[in-house]
Amino acid sequence: MAILVIAEHDNAVLAAATLNTVTAAQAIGGDIHVLVAGSGCTAAAEAAAKIDGVSKVLVADDAIYAHQLPENIAPLIVGLAKGYSHVLAPASTNGKNYLPRVAALLDVDQISDIIAVEGADTFKRPIYAGNAIATVQSSAPIKVISVRTTGFDPASAQGGSAAIEQVAAAGDAGKSTFLGEEVAKSDRPELGSAKIVISGGRGMLSSDNFQMLYTLADKLGAAVGASRAAVDAGFVPNDLQVGQTGKIVAPQLYIAVGISGAIQHLAGMKDSKVIVAINKDPEAPIFQVADYGLVGDLFEVIPELEKLV
Amino acid sequence: MSLARFASAQSNLFEGDEESMKVLVAVKRVVDYNVKVRVKPDNSGVDLANVKMSMNPFCEIAVEEAVRLKEKKVASEIVVVSIGPNAAQEQLRTALALGGDRAILVETNDELGSLAVAKLLKAVVDKEQPQLVILGKQAIDSDNNQTGQMLAALTGYPQGTFASKLEADGDKIKVTREIDGGLQIVELALPAVITTDLRLNEPRYASLPNIMKAKKKPLDILKPEDLGVSLSSSIKVLKVEAPAERSPGIKVASVAELVEKLKNEAKVI
Repeated sequence: MAILVIAEHDNAVLAAATLNTVTAAQAIGGDIHVLVAGSGCTAAAEAAAKIDGVSKVLVADDAIYAHQLPENIAPLIVGLAKGYSHVLAPASTNGKNYLPRVAALLDVDQISDIIAVEGADTFKRPIYAGNAIATVQSSAPIKVISVRTTGFDPASAQGGSAAIEQVAAAGDAGKSTFLGEEVAKSDRPELGSAKIVISGGRGMLSSDNFQMLYTLADKLGAAVGASRAAVDAGFVPNDLQVGQTGKIVAPQLYIAVGISGAIQHLAGMKDSKVIVAINKDPEAPIFQVADYGLVGDLFEVIPELEKLV
Repeated sequence: MSLARFASAQSNLFEGDEESMKVLVAVKRVVDYNVKVRVKPDNSGVDLANVKMSMNPFCEIAVEEAVRLKEKKVASEIVVVSIGPNAAQEQLRTALALGGDRAILVETNDELGSLAVAKLLKAVVDKEQPQLVILGKQAIDSDNNQTGQMLAALTGYPQGTFASKLEADGDKIKVTREIDGGLQIVELALPAVITTDLRLNEPRYASLPNIMKAKKKPLDILKPEDLGVSLSSSIKVLKVEAPAERSPGIKVASVAELVEKLKNEAKVI
């Protein structure tokens, strides 16, 4: 039994999500191979070869994989998948994009967003915005699975010495073209892997007021997130959204500021180790999941908090 | 014929050739997003008896986008399709009231996985030959986020997932996608499959006259066997449990107390 893990990377840097996915593969058990498909992705492949527990790295280096367009990357994975019992990818927007395409081309069902491995064919995954946890068993000949990275610790990025093997590109499907991207620049830790996350909601009232959260975040080495209400109101860009339809985070400390705590938001953060809620409404549902709640005006609380930490 | 109607008939005439894009929209009947579901005591699933059902929010956005494409005269016909129980006719009628032209229900009482749904949709696509298929990015019950991508794979169409902006241009469509770090723009050759993200649009409400009119629009009912699709699944749900309860928290009286607790009790800062 061998497992193929599809690496998340931007060609130069291997994303942390790959390490969590390797841990899920280790829990399944078997030889672990990592596929790095990209363009000029030697550095990412070398990083993948150093991951503890990985025995082989397959590299498909071709301009057609530069942006992991699913029309091109799915046939490549399908061609390789037939030699594996499991194909795993992180449940990032990339993984969610190409993996179901891979599963359908292999004519197998896919299991999305697993949070635990119960056995080589049995997995746990949240449904209904995390309000229920399903245990599912797959009899598919090739198990195609996306991994919720916050459900698994990262594998060690050092200690491995996997062989790197080039694999041939599968050709351009010619149906899609990358035109461009707008990537938000930030010096703060990445939301998905930050140890502390400070999120603001509608209660922040304006984009300018988020500056208070950025200042506090910088002092704590935290990432900044937001509720859907704050994103829809235009206070912050949508890649900061935490929730069922945004990012799923599980930091050591989650501080929810001016967030009421709708089901959809809780789905994205309720596995955080410690949750702090700061809200002026004592009845806000967020207090039901908060370890520490402070009822008060965030415009007084946040500056005071910043002074004391 | 009033002048305005005459003018609109004229413009339709001139744009007749360009107005040939047929759009297929898939909608799902799901538990309403405001309902906090409960797990059944026997752990066989969640209790859906007597809970409010609605159209999946992402599907509403898909219908809205199709209607806007028709209003911009990019689309000529909107066919809405649902796969599910007889009661899903309710959601199809809603889609018709919002601007769909006709509806198809593939009736089944089985709870289908995404692959089976994608295969049924592929059969409908083969019959209808739409230029564009729009789905929601995920259903809020299974949270799978698979069907659109699987349909794209089965039809061989390109896919524009998590779309926050669409610009149709001749035989191509430009799609702005919400990705982890920000936004990505891709161009797809038509026919294509699109899945909607939250920020694609703000869905409208159905007006009472349109709800009445929707009752007269055609709604065909098909059976999976009519489409020659096998619904077998390789995934079995062994049990469904409630998530682990968080132990109850405390309210602190001051910022100083909060900081003290975080430092000394929780030890997270």
